Amino acid sequence: MQPSIIWVLAQKELRDALRNRWFLLYTLAFIALSLAFSYLALAGAGMVGFAGFGRTAASLINLVLLIVPLMALTIGAQSLAGEQEKSTLAYLLAQPINRIEVFLGKYLGLTLSLLASLTLGFGISGLVMALNGSGAADPSAYVKLVLLAFLLSLAMLSVGFLISALTNKAGVAVGIGLFLWLAFVFFGDLGMMGTVIALRVPIDNLFWLSLSNPLQVFKMAAILDIRATLDILGPAGIYAVQRYGDSLVGIFLGVLVLWIVLPAAAAYARFHAKSDL
Amino acid sequence: MITFDHVTKKFGRFTAVNDLSFTVAPQQAVALWGANGAGKTTVIKCLLGLLHYTGQIRVAGLDAQRQGRDARKLLGYVPQELAFYDDLSTVDTARFFAQLKKAPLQQVASILEQVGLAEHINKPVRALSGGLKQRLALGLALLGDPPILVLDEPTSNLDVATRNTFLQLLAQVKAAGKTIIFTSHRQEEVAQLADQVLVMERGHLKLICRANELAPRLGLRTQVKLRLPPNLVDAALNVLQHDGYTVHRNGVGIWVDVLADEKARPIHLLSQADILVTDFEVE
Repeated sequence: MQPSIIWVLAQKELRDALRNRWFLLYTLAFIALSLAFSYLALAGAGMVGFAGFGRTAASLINLVLLIVPLMALTIGAQSLAGEQEKSTLAYLLAQPINRIEVFLGKYLGLTLSLLASLTLGFGISGLVMALNGSGAADPSAYVKLVLLAFLLSLAMLSVGFLISALTNKAGVAVGIGLFLWLAFVFFGDLGMMGTVIALRVPIDNLFWLSLSNPLQVFKMAAILDIRATLDILGPAGIYAVQRYGDSLVGIFLGVLVLWIVLPAAAAYARFHAKSDL
Repeated sequence: MITFDHVTKKFGRFTAVNDLSFTVAPQQAVALWGANGAGKTTVIKCLLGLLHYTGQIRVAGLDAQRQGRDARKLLGYVPQELAFYDDLSTVDTARFFAQLKKAPLQQVASILEQVGLAEHINKPVRALSGGLKQRLALGLALLGDPPILVLDEPTSNLDVATRNTFLQLLAQVKAAGKTIIFTSHRQEEVAQLADQVLVMERGHLKLICRANELAPRLGLRTQVKLRLPPNLVDAALNVLQHDGYTVHRNGVGIWVDVLADEKARPIHLLSQADILVTDFEVE
């Protein structure tokens, strides 16, 4: 494996992302909404300081839950399948490079473009809060929130890559990505509530069940970050804090990392074995 | 330089390439000849490591599957379906592939000039014509100066004039000492470029022969359209049918079914019978 080849491919991917109108649209939407939420949260509260930060951060959590998975799933889903559909993938693989380099180059390039987009959105929001005096309340909590959003975006990017490796057409891959986004964002909560009611799931199992959805994991980790408690999530949240205490942060981070690594590894395994190029 | 040793490629139950063995010597030009579906492109994809197969392919002693990267360093590839990144300019495309092949970037300008793209370096690839894209593909294949060129139906999408120019370019590359392996179903292309022809049929190697032996060994036939003065058409039909040709009247001329290496014979026969052929065309 040659890092220089991976970097050449990553740069190409980064350049393509900047020309991708969907990616630009998501980025602009994220920046505009995060800016609007920051203003509205601060103006609505009529105050600054920690309470102002808490309201803004809570708004940003919801924004991240909606836009970041959509963005990451879409560009991840297009990555391999899009090139395969245009036959550029076969031509690329006919060069003196390895499949792992192609995979890592694409993953790195899209990671950098996602992180750049999120940094821009969070950076502008952070600036607005800082100018209003609330940023000083707890800048480290804000930075942790941004890092959690990074992890969530990478988890969704990995899932997008897996979809892309399993399909041959970009349209199909993006369609599956959108369905998964809906499942994670909307059906996740409803499905879990239905399962709990139907199966009378015990409270500890409910907590572990919620870890199966990376968006829930991000949400719990982010709330824990800004409030230091999960009582807002009801009995399951209270149970989790009492039962796992300080280990909760590690559990959430571990699960998010697993959501990054496992789908990415599965995507590479499928891509490596792919013969129908 | 290239050795195929009992190579078989199956897609499910379908055997695309069946127990194929052959050798390509250094500086030799070898054509894989056969109809669509004969397995030619599958052979090329196996050589490039794009498909998994059984058996062994060696490129200058390197296993094309296990030492794929090193083997591909020795191969420059021109695909049948030209697939580039349309938004990149010609020169940026060449730079990108030069970086992947670890070829010196200084080589880019000279290669683009060699294939006649010097005037088009800043155009986006999507703005290039089919012929210019084919030249770009050849230029990219030559980056890094690989000793072997692999071409899949290199002229199938080109018009006659562009095809001839491209074949001249390939002849120059061959004269420069490259080993060439290419697929084709055009007899004139094989005759012009190949030293040896491997005839494939339904995944099997049917025949290995020299390029000039291809037509007589396979009994290849083609159609020649002859244009004649209208008052001589009936006489021409009689002469050719009397000599055993299958002939059809078609508009202002006649179609004659001929052996691929005897296309001029009907014209000669008609000339002996004082029937003037004003024009002809080969299908």
